[in-house]
Amino acid sequence: MSIDLKTIKHISKLSRISVDEKRAKKLAGDLNSIFDFIEKLNELKTDNVEPLTSVAETTLKLRPDEVKSKNIREQIVKNSPQDNEDYFVVPKVIE
Amino acid sequence: MSDITKQSLTELVENIKNKKLSSTEVTKAFIKRSERSKELNAYITEDFSSALDKAKKFDQKPNLDLKLPGIPMAVKDLFCTKNVKTTAGSKILNNFIPTYESTVTENIWKEGAILLGKLNCDEFAMGSSNETSFFGNVQNPINKNLVPGGSSGGSASAVAGQLTPITIGTDTGGSIRQPASFTGTVGLKPTYGSCSRYGIVAFASSLDQAGPMAQNVKDCALLQEVISSYDPKDSTSIDFKRNQYSKELTNNIKGKKIGIPKEYRVDGMPKEIEDLWQKGIQYLKDCGAESIDISLPNTSYALPTYYIVAPAEASSNLARYDGVKYGFRAKGENLIDMYEKTRSEGFGAEVQRRIMIGTYVLSSGYYDAYYLKAQKVRKLIKNDFDEAYKKVDAILTPSTPSSAFEIGEKTNDPVSMYLNDIFTVPVNLAGLPGISIPAGHDSKGYPLGLQIIGKAFDEQNILNIAYAMEEKINFKNKITDWWIK
Repeated sequence: MSIDLKTIKHISKLSRISVDEKRAKKLAGDLNSIFDFIEKLNELKTDNVEPLTSVAETTLKLRPDEVKSKNIREQIVKNSPQDNEDYFVVPKVIE
Repeated sequence: MSDITKQSLTELVENIKNKKLSSTEVTKAFIKRSERSKELNAYITEDFSSALDKAKKFDQKPNLDLKLPGIPMAVKDLFCTKNVKTTAGSKILNNFIPTYESTVTENIWKEGAILLGKLNCDEFAMGSSNETSFFGNVQNPINKNLVPGGSSGGSASAVAGQLTPITIGTDTGGSIRQPASFTGTVGLKPTYGSCSRYGIVAFASSLDQAGPMAQNVKDCALLQEVISSYDPKDSTSIDFKRNQYSKELTNNIKGKKIGIPKEYRVDGMPKEIEDLWQKGIQYLKDCGAESIDISLPNTSYALPTYYIVAPAEASSNLARYDGVKYGFRAKGENLIDMYEKTRSEGFGAEVQRRIMIGTYVLSSGYYDAYYLKAQKVRKLIKNDFDEAYKKVDAILTPSTPSSAFEIGEKTNDPVSMYLNDIFTVPVNLAGLPGISIPAGHDSKGYPLGLQIIGKAFDEQNILNIAYAMEEKINFKNKITDWWIK
C-alpha cells in the first residue's frame, strides 16, 4: 500500500495538526515505511479470533458522585493560556 | 559519612532508621551530586530547595516506621505532582502545573520520601532513546554520547549516575526495561492493573504501567511494595492481594521451571547477547531451577501489533491538547486554525507521527483492516503466553537486541528505532510483569540486560528469580563519573 500526499493532508486535518508541504512529504515517507512493517500482520488468519480490548478482566465499578476537590477553580484557570477571570478564552467562534 | 550517594536505597533506609544518617545529610548529598551532573541533562525540573526544607522538617520529628523515611527521590516527569510543573517532556505542557498528585507518587510521599525533582523523558513517553524530549537528549552515565534508552531515559540516567537513590518510570512498550538494560540498572514493569494510572500523563491506556527503577533487586522490590495499590480512581486498577515484596524476597528458586522461547533468537542479534542468555540459563540451573524450551509462535507479530494499538490509543488520549485549558497555545486566525497551529508547534515530530498513524488506523474504512486486526493478533500473543505458563513458572529472554547506541544513530529511521523494543513489547500486549536485570557487558564495556517475564500478578516470583540471579551474576556497573563538574 502507499500513503500519498492527499491522504497525509486528510489525516492531518482529522488530527488537527497543520503540516506544510515539506513536512507532509517527510511524513508520507515515514508512514509508508511504518505501514510496510505493519503489513506483516496480514500473514495471520484471524477470522475466528476474538479481539482483545483489555488485559484487565474487571467490570466497571460504581461509586457515589461526590465532589472531592473543592475551591480549586482559580488554580485550574491559572493553567490556561488565556483567561478572563473565571472563563477560558478562545478565538471568536460566532460572528 | 562519605559516599552517601553510592549507597543503595536499602542501605540508606537502614542508616536513617539507625540514626547514622539524617534525611538532611542524605538529601544534601543527592542535591550536590545532581547539581554537579548537569551534563547528563537528567532533570527537567529541579525542586531542590523545597526538598531540603522537607528533609529538615522530617528530621525535626522523624517517623522511622515508614518504608522510605526521609529518602529523597526524583521521578519521571510523566507523573503529575501537585504544584510542581509536569511537562511529559513536551513543549505543549511546558508550563503545566497540576492541581493534583498521581496515586503512585502519593503512595511514595506517604511512606516518607521527598521529591527531588522531575526527570527527563521522551516526549509523552514516545521513544526508545530519550532523544524526542523537548528539553533535549539525556546522556548515559556509562559513556558520553551514548543514549540512556527511553522513554524513561532521565530516570535510568539518574539512578545509574547516582543522582537519586531510586526512581519510578513508566513502561508502555519497554520504557522501563530497555533504559534499565542500557544503563546497568534494574527495572520492573508490573502487571497491568497493579499500579494506578491515575495522574500519569496518558500515552496508551491499555498498555501503560508505572514501575520502579533501581540499583538492585531488593531496592526494586521495596519500591514496588510502596507503589502498588488498588485505586478506585483508575477504572482498570485491580484489587488483588499484594505481597510485601521486599520482606518476602528470597533467593530460593529451587525447582522453578523457566521457559526459554526460541522465537527470541532473532536475526542479526549479536553473539554476545546469545552468550549472555546462555550464561543466564546456566545461572538459573546453578540455583536449582530447570530450563525448558518453549515456543511463543506469534512473537514476530508483536511489534507491528503494538505500532497499531499504541498510536491508536495515543491519538485519542492526546486529543485533549488543544491549547484551551492548559499548556502551550499558538496564535490562530480562528478556533480551528488555533487548534491546528497549537498542535503542530506544540508536539514534536515523533508524537505527530504517532498521532497520525493512530488517526489513520482508526479512520473510517481502515478500522477493521488495522485496529481490529491488531486487537485480534494481540489476543493470539496473549494466548501464546497463557499456553506457555501451563508448563513454566517464568520466562527468560534478553532485554534488548543490542547494547546502548550512540546519540543520533537511529533518529532518522523510525522502524530501526522501534525494533529496540522487540523483546519488551509482547509483555505489555499481554499485560504481564517483566523485570530487566543487568547481566554482563558487551565487548565495548556497555551493560546488557536479561529479562524475566512472569505470570500476571506474580511479581514476587520474578523478583525472587532476579534476586537469585543477581547474586550469581555479581554485576558491577562501570561508572567513571566522566560528567561530574
